[in-house]
Amino acid sequence: MVEPSAYLLLSAILFCIGVVGVVMRRNVLIILMSVELMLNGVNVAFVAAGSYLGDVAGGIFAFMVMTVAAAEAAVGLALLIALYRLKETIDVTELRILKW
Amino acid sequence: MVSGILDGLWLVPALPLLGVVLNGILALFVERPLLLPAAGPPSAAAGHGHGASYRTLVAFIAPGVVGAAFVVALLCVLSLAAAPPEGRIFVQVLFPWIQAGAFTAPVAFQLDPLSSVMALVVTGVGFLIHVYSVGYMSHERAFARYFVYLNLFMFAMLILVLADNYLLMFVGWEGVGLCSYLLIGFWYEKQSAADAGKKAFVVNRVGDFGFLLAMFLIFWTFGSVSYTEVFAKAPLLSGDGTLTTGLATAITLLMFLGAAGKSAQIPLYVWLPDAMEGPTPVSALIHAATMVTAGVYMIARSSALFLLAPDTMMVVAVIGAATAIFSATIGICQTDIKRVLAYSTVSQLGYMFLACGVGAFTAGIFHLTTHAFFKALLFLGSGSVIHALSGEQDMRKMGGLKKRVPVTFLTMFAATLAIAGIPGFSGFFSKDEILWKSFSSSMGSPVLWVVAAAAAGITAFYMFRLVFLTFFGTSRMDPEVEKHVHESPWTMTLPLSILAVLSVIGGFLGIPAVLGGAFGVPNLFEGWLEPVFRRAAPAAAHAAEEAAHHSAALEIGLMALSVGIALFGIGLAYFLYRARTEKPDEIARKWPTVYGVVFHKYYIDEFYEWAVVRRVVRGADWLWQMFDARFIDGIVDGAADIVRSAGDRIRRLQGGIVGGYAFSLLAGAVLLVGYILYRSIVQ
Repeated sequence: MVEPSAYLLLSAILFCIGVVGVVMRRNVLIILMSVELMLNGVNVAFVAAGSYLGDVAGGIFAFMVMTVAAAEAAVGLALLIALYRLKETIDVTELRILKW
Repeated sequence: MVSGILDGLWLVPALPLLGVVLNGILALFVERPLLLPAAGPPSAAAGHGHGASYRTLVAFIAPGVVGAAFVVALLCVLSLAAAPPEGRIFVQVLFPWIQAGAFTAPVAFQLDPLSSVMALVVTGVGFLIHVYSVGYMSHERAFARYFVYLNLFMFAMLILVLADNYLLMFVGWEGVGLCSYLLIGFWYEKQSAADAGKKAFVVNRVGDFGFLLAMFLIFWTFGSVSYTEVFAKAPLLSGDGTLTTGLATAITLLMFLGAAGKSAQIPLYVWLPDAMEGPTPVSALIHAATMVTAGVYMIARSSALFLLAPDTMMVVAVIGAATAIFSATIGICQTDIKRVLAYSTVSQLGYMFLACGVGAFTAGIFHLTTHAFFKALLFLGSGSVIHALSGEQDMRKMGGLKKRVPVTFLTMFAATLAIAGIPGFSGFFSKDEILWKSFSSSMGSPVLWVVAAAAAGITAFYMFRLVFLTFFGTSRMDPEVEKHVHESPWTMTLPLSILAVLSVIGGFLGIPAVLGGAFGVPNLFEGWLEPVFRRAAPAAAHAAEEAAHHSAALEIGLMALSVGIALFGIGLAYFLYRARTEKPDEIARKWPTVYGVVFHKYYIDEFYEWAVVRRVVRGADWLWQMFDARFIDGIVDGAADIVRSAGDRIRRLQGGIVGGYAFSLLAGAVLLVGYILYRSIVQ
């Protein structure tokens, strides 16, 4: 039996890696992947808490998040392709026409 | 209470309003495009090309609605006259207008003998002047615009005289002021006309401020602005001490300030002579027959209040007499035909105030009526002369017109006889009534009589000077002008003739008892108005009784004396301007100072310029520079500066780098979570 806190630690590490990725990286594709990483970090915490508390709601939430993440990935990639066709770049520091 | 035909009373002001709407549509949508240079064909074509048909329409609508209003007013008055004298008051409430707590002001019209006299004079003389205008303004490009203003004036004036409360009267009061401004400045391309309009408006503001304050005081004292309530309460409140003499004096003095502004009395008369910049029919309608008499009407209407304030009555009488003689003397030296008539109007208005001031309200209104006839006629006649001379107004360049414009000459001569007070003509009856009352009334005095009689002599002098210079002697016209001299069209001569008949016989409405009594002819005018002033003021009846103590011989004697003074004035005018035409210049050379002062209208305009206008302008300039430019603009600009510099700093947060936004999102989330954790730990 692994300690529940270990799962939560893993979850927190995954989430933080995702956050750092979102904040630091300039490539939109990597940012999207980092977002996925954050969501999966949260999923770990859901499943761990569900199993610890003996509540299936945790698992159900994890599936829910996965579904949304899949949909998000599809929409996000579509937007990405549209963006690339328009600007020929996916570097976020280049995409700043909305400032001021 | 009578009703029936009287229920149509609202039509009297509504008909001119209909004219405003119809002519307004024509002016805006037919005439304006024709006059605007962008409209293609050159503007010279306007009015003579295909646009001429709308002018015919205007020429029928504008006098038509006023004539219809006159007919309705006449029917209403006849129906009112059928009632017994005590029941001759009819109030028609159209709709409630202002209701705020205890304060109510309905839009309601009141027809009683006083307002019926005014309504008939306004619509009757107004109709004739509308007809005349059709001829006089026939060469005018902005034909429809002119009649819109003229109809609007009729509407406002009828509101003024028919209102049943002070607030509605004030609406009409301001309305006629607006129309006066619009019509004085009708030829607004001319600088002097635009200035004169502005002057009239600003000077009238001073008076209107007095009227407003008086109205506030009336509401504060009586809790109402309706005539019926105020006049009914006045004796009660003065009995129980609520309405002290001081308060009544304050109210009436403020009212008189308003009347002095509108009716061009000292010290606010200066706008009226300048108002002659407007078209001549306007001078006849607004600045002689109707609007300028609104002040007299207001005082007569408020007689119940004025009689409670003897000091005000004295002020009114003295100012009236002073104005009468002061402006009459200015009239002697004027060379512009319309300006002579303007000063004459100021002088005649002074007589009306004198009459009101000595408690002879009937005499004041009677003179108002006859004056409306003969002064409107004089103005229209002068307009006909100006029309014949292609716009020449200087009497030094006229002369010998008697044969050239016979109808104008005859009608104007009749009016001159009337204003000079020749027995049998209307002016004689009304002016003599005022002279007699100013002598005999308990509030009058022989001094007032002497001043007024002297003014009557001067009036006769300058009026005959005008007639001699214009119509008699040899022609001093420019040869170019002389070629085009012509009698005016029938639209102009017909109103002149009708007014001439009225000027001659109008006086027989009010034959003084001392003359008519012997033949069993009653004083119709006095009998008609008597219920108004008796109901309003038992004191007036008392004054009349006192007057009766003077002997008839004295009255006849004074009458003969005043006629003698008038004849002397006429004789002097004949001597100076017919027999010895070189004399006037000799006199002017002999006393250059006196002549200069009178010629320059006693330098009153210059004095006002120095004492008031320049100071006000300088004060306004200071306020502009200091208060507006620095203080107000400082606040406004300062607020804008703060917002702008703050925005300039805050906008740097929007760097456009998505990572930065994500980071601030993260930082916010961390702070929030941190705070929640901190709170839970502290607890």
